[in-house]
Amino acid sequence: MALLEAFELSKFFGGLTALDAVSLAVEAGEIFGLIGPNGAGKTTLFNCLTGLYVPSRGKVLVRGENLTGSKPHQLVAAGVARTFQNIRLFGNMSVLENVMVGCHQRSRAGALGAVLRDRATRSEEAAIRARAESLLDYVGVTGRASAAAGSLAYGDQRRLEIARALATGPALLALDEPAAGMNATETLALRGLMERIRADGVTILLIEHDVKLVMGLCDRVAVLDYGRKIAEGVPGLVQRDPLVIEAYLGGAPA
Amino acid sequence: MSLPEALRRRPWVGWVLCAVALALLPFLVEAGLGRTWVRILDFALLYLMLALGLNIVVGFAGLLDLGYIAFYAVGAYLWALLASPQFDLHLPFWLLLPLGALVAGVFGLLLGAPTLRLRGDYLAIVTLGFGEIIRIFLNNLGAPINITNGPQGIAGIDPLRLGDWSFGRTQHLLGVALPATHLHYYGFLVLALGTMFVCIRLQDSRIGRAWAAIREDEVAAQASGINTRNVKLLAFSLGASFGGVAGGLFASLQGFVSPESFSLLESVSVLCMVVLGGMGHVAGVVLGALMLSILPEALRHVAGPLQQKLFGQVLVDPESLRLLLFGLSLVLVMLVRPEGLWPSPLRRPEKQSDEATAAD
Repeated sequence: MALLEAFELSKFFGGLTALDAVSLAVEAGEIFGLIGPNGAGKTTLFNCLTGLYVPSRGKVLVRGENLTGSKPHQLVAAGVARTFQNIRLFGNMSVLENVMVGCHQRSRAGALGAVLRDRATRSEEAAIRARAESLLDYVGVTGRASAAAGSLAYGDQRRLEIARALATGPALLALDEPAAGMNATETLALRGLMERIRADGVTILLIEHDVKLVMGLCDRVAVLDYGRKIAEGVPGLVQRDPLVIEAYLGGAPA
Repeated sequence: MSLPEALRRRPWVGWVLCAVALALLPFLVEAGLGRTWVRILDFALLYLMLALGLNIVVGFAGLLDLGYIAFYAVGAYLWALLASPQFDLHLPFWLLLPLGALVAGVFGLLLGAPTLRLRGDYLAIVTLGFGEIIRIFLNNLGAPINITNGPQGIAGIDPLRLGDWSFGRTQHLLGVALPATHLHYYGFLVLALGTMFVCIRLQDSRIGRAWAAIREDEVAAQASGINTRNVKLLAFSLGASFGGVAGGLFASLQGFVSPESFSLLESVSVLCMVVLGGMGHVAGVVLGALMLSILPEALRHVAGPLQQKLFGQVLVDPESLRLLLFGLSLVLVMLVRPEGLWPSPLRRPEKQSDEATAAD
């Protein structure tokens, strides 16, 4: 059974068909790439899969369970976490707090516990803090834990967002163009991080424009164009698919 | 050993000094400025509780609420109806205070539930409408069945009472005479400190972080696993319950409530306290509330006599001068320190680094 499955997902915005019956299945343990030209519907698909959009048609299944129309936090609870194309950190909170927010779902303390600070709340809080610190180490954002998240360098902000998503304890991590705006060195480091995350048992669904990165890293890729899936398979084959080449380079008029 | 050094070695000395100062304050104020000023202090403490409650909604969770005074009204009228000759009910305060918090909290949910999808200006408009609805209801529930006595309001409300101890008249403790104003000061002080404690603890907790996340970026908060519906409703109802408690205390202090005490202007002035002090920063909000409730009164008492002395006559009515200067100072503060007089430490350096990058 696939870890995350889109079954004939469609999304309409008024008369615009942003997604047209797209089906794909991400298996546990793989790095699955999602590529396509600008405006192909990659982020729309992401938003449908992570609960930010309710799909107009079709189903979203996590481990076979139908989660179509669930709220984002319910998908997080089911093990699907994500990052954003345009970084969305909590800019006025500290770096550490950003990651601690990611632990929200897997902790319990309520308002009464917060006020009384009983033993259970204190130990949970300490566990959250320790987990957040170790995740910052893991993604390689060190020494800035108490700085405002908005003050971090660009590459660190991207990594911090990954740490926050990992804090939710996901089975699948959906990354929306994590290498956007990064230089070659940073991209290389990011690739190392993604391989490590996969090795630690987290499946990755990746939207990326950097073709070299996608081809080198992904086990399988799917290509979207004008809201439709035009190809899917091993990177080497997809790369030679005439439909894909046409979508990227533009073909002769039929 | 100098005083600062002593304080460093024994931090509790500072707390004891603070406690003694706060305990002596009403007597010093009465000796120096007269008893009216102790009453002004009482009201300042009420506003402090109100501002801290609103700060949960506006400052912590970032939900702009322009109808907050409605919860103050709910708390005040609840106390007024259940402890006055209106229905000849005289419930004790230990029942009324929690009940006020509970009922106002339910009203907070009533406001929060339909506005979950709204934010910013749209939320502000709806909450403003809610505040007016409550006030107009209170104004019109005098007929056909008389509940609130309409615009005349409810008079003869019971004062706070601890057993045989009524806060409404002078009491003697260890040979010291404590007038009603002083008793209220101590009662309110305890509750205000309790409110501050609760706010500070809430802010630095799982719930407080979830509120801050919603304030910063609601979509990212959802994607980080926060059930934004529940967490927002919690902010609305907790904030409202603080307002409800303050409202009940207001009714007991005044002995009288009427709908006109709960106008939009009151909502706005409580919001000003939060914004001026520093949204989301408990110490800042305390500063803002004390300043905006005490300074205008001070101005009122100073402006008239000062003009008399300088020009031999009163040129500008102190009342209008008060509002004028009040507005002017607000504009100035927003121009010079848009993040408030005493913002939370994390927000300040960020502002500066923004300017630094802009200058690059």
